[in-house]
Amino acid sequence: MSASGTSSSLEAPGASRGEDDAVVVLDGLVKRFGETEVLTGIDLEVRRGEVVCVIGPSGSGKSTLLRCVNLLEEPSGGRVVVRGTDVTDPDCDIDAVRRHVGMVFQSFNLFPHLTVLENCTVAQRKVAKIGKAEADERARANLERVGLGERGDAYPAELSGGQQQRVAIARALSMEPDLMLFDEPTSALDPELVGDVLEVMRDLADEGMTMLVVTHEMEFARQVADRVVFMDGGVVVEEGPPSQVIGAPREARTRDFLDRVLNPTHER
Amino acid sequence: MTSAGSARPAAPRAGLRELLRSPRRRARVIRGVQYAVLVAALVAIALVADWGEIRRAFLDPEVAAAQFPDVLTVALVNTVVYTLLGFTFGLALGLVLALMRLSSVAPYRWLATIYIEFFRGLPALLVFIAIGNGIPLAFGVFLNRYVVVTLALGLVGAAYIGETIRAGIQAVPRGQVEAARSLGMSAGRATLTIVIPQAFRIILPPLTNELIMLTKDSSLAYLLGATIAERELAQFGRAALNDYRSLTPVLVAGLCYLIITVPLGFVVRRLESRTARSR
Ligand SMILES: Nc1ncnc2c1ncn2[C@@H]1O[C@H](COP(=O)(O)OP(=O)(O)OP(=O)(O)O)[C@@H](O)[C@H]1O
Ligand SMILES: [Mg+2]
Repeated sequence: MSASGTSSSLEAPGASRGEDDAVVVLDGLVKRFGETEVLTGIDLEVRRGEVVCVIGPSGSGKSTLLRCVNLLEEPSGGRVVVRGTDVTDPDCDIDAVRRHVGMVFQSFNLFPHLTVLENCTVAQRKVAKIGKAEADERARANLERVGLGERGDAYPAELSGGQQQRVAIARALSMEPDLMLFDEPTSALDPELVGDVLEVMRDLADEGMTMLVVTHEMEFARQVADRVVFMDGGVVVEEGPPSQVIGAPREARTRDFLDRVLNPTHER
Repeated sequence: MTSAGSARPAAPRAGLRELLRSPRRRARVIRGVQYAVLVAALVAIALVADWGEIRRAFLDPEVAAAQFPDVLTVALVNTVVYTLLGFTFGLALGLVLALMRLSSVAPYRWLATIYIEFFRGLPALLVFIAIGNGIPLAFGVFLNRYVVVTLALGLVGAAYIGETIRAGIQAVPRGQVEAARSLGMSAGRATLTIVIPQAFRIILPPLTNELIMLTKDSSLAYLLGATIAERELAQFGRAALNDYRSLTPVLVAGLCYLIITVPLGFVVRRLESRTARSR
């Protein structure tokens, strides 16, 4: 099993890989809400195994960008290619693409009428048509992975925010995605609960998951990201390794933003 | 307390105004007045009322006993049957109306809105007259009484039920659908597996209230006239009233409504407290 897996990844798709190594390609992505252009021509690539953090001020279009990747928002222009499929093509089966793209929301969005375990199995059962025994096993393994192996029978309302967000991660992982999208996963959490969630995400990154993360956690971005993208006013202002974008930003707008985020009480 | 009282020498005129100045004291005084009125009213009733006459008119045991078992085996059963017929039709039509109200096709939304505004604004009695008397007269067709009851109760009920269902579906947060879709569920699958079960919990209490309303409205079937076997509770009570010249049968019929509505009301409160806990 593992031998054939390795060989196939080496030979067969090898020729087409070079460029297809990109899990996400945004090519001149434009998004308008009515008259206002929220994204004005975004070019961005996320390669397999890469962790890309998107930072930027409120209203700069970070969430919109993320939501264009799995088509929760319909792009107004440009191309969005996910795992080699052009999702902006009207004929594309977006449900099939989404099955391989996990998403974690700021407000968790767990299904309150289902138990924690059922939250992690419902899509496996109903979408991927996996049998109950196998779905349960996968769900348990992923709950274990986020440190909640014991809480399968609880309902979401019975968990803390941090636990709920970890369940949300396990729910997404249970579909065995190739790509995980995170939209400010710790912004709605009490400060003391943030660490657990970030740790789960860090583990995920270490295991080689491809991740596109919108976050205000600069320390997380600095340590975990392969690349940081700074957005402002619907454009990518600066992009590069964290040591550059966060450590030594070139653009005045980036410096200004970081100054405000890193020294919130700083007098100006 | 005593020191405050002695500090301000009690002038009899200042007494009441002083008493009413503090909101808490004022509330206590107002409550005391309310109890006093209640007690006075009860005493007055007890003194004025002619208890023998009242017992004969309302609570004649022989007349009451004569209502059984028909009040249960015929009248109560008919009330339940009429209500369930109307409710079933109303629920089906209400669901259609709710889906129309939520449709992306504007004319469907307009039609549903017009329907709901129309039937919510009409007295149920008028709808019974229109269908039970109006249609047979105008078109010369005979409508079976079950058809009339089903239509009249259902058409009115659907307006309320439709709004209840729409509100319930809309009360499910948008993020729920987004989460479901992001896992690869189709729109239909997300509606079926995620939205409807949650909407159902929200809808159940107001829907049960709707059932209670329809139970009472089923009494309007008296308009249609009825054979003895077709009488529902209100008709039954009315017929017996004529036979016995006593209010007792009406009281018995009224208690039979309560046999249906009080447990339903209890169910509503249970459902409400349960959903309150899971949220
Ligand atoms: N559905 C919508 N309709 C209209 N305007 C929208 C909609 N969604 C977002 N916008 C607008 O698009 C802009 C970008 O929003 P977006 O949520 O992407 O910002 P963000 O960078 O994620 O901000 P935050 O850090 O506050 O989450 C904002 O000005 C917002 O008002
Ligand atoms: Mg956002």
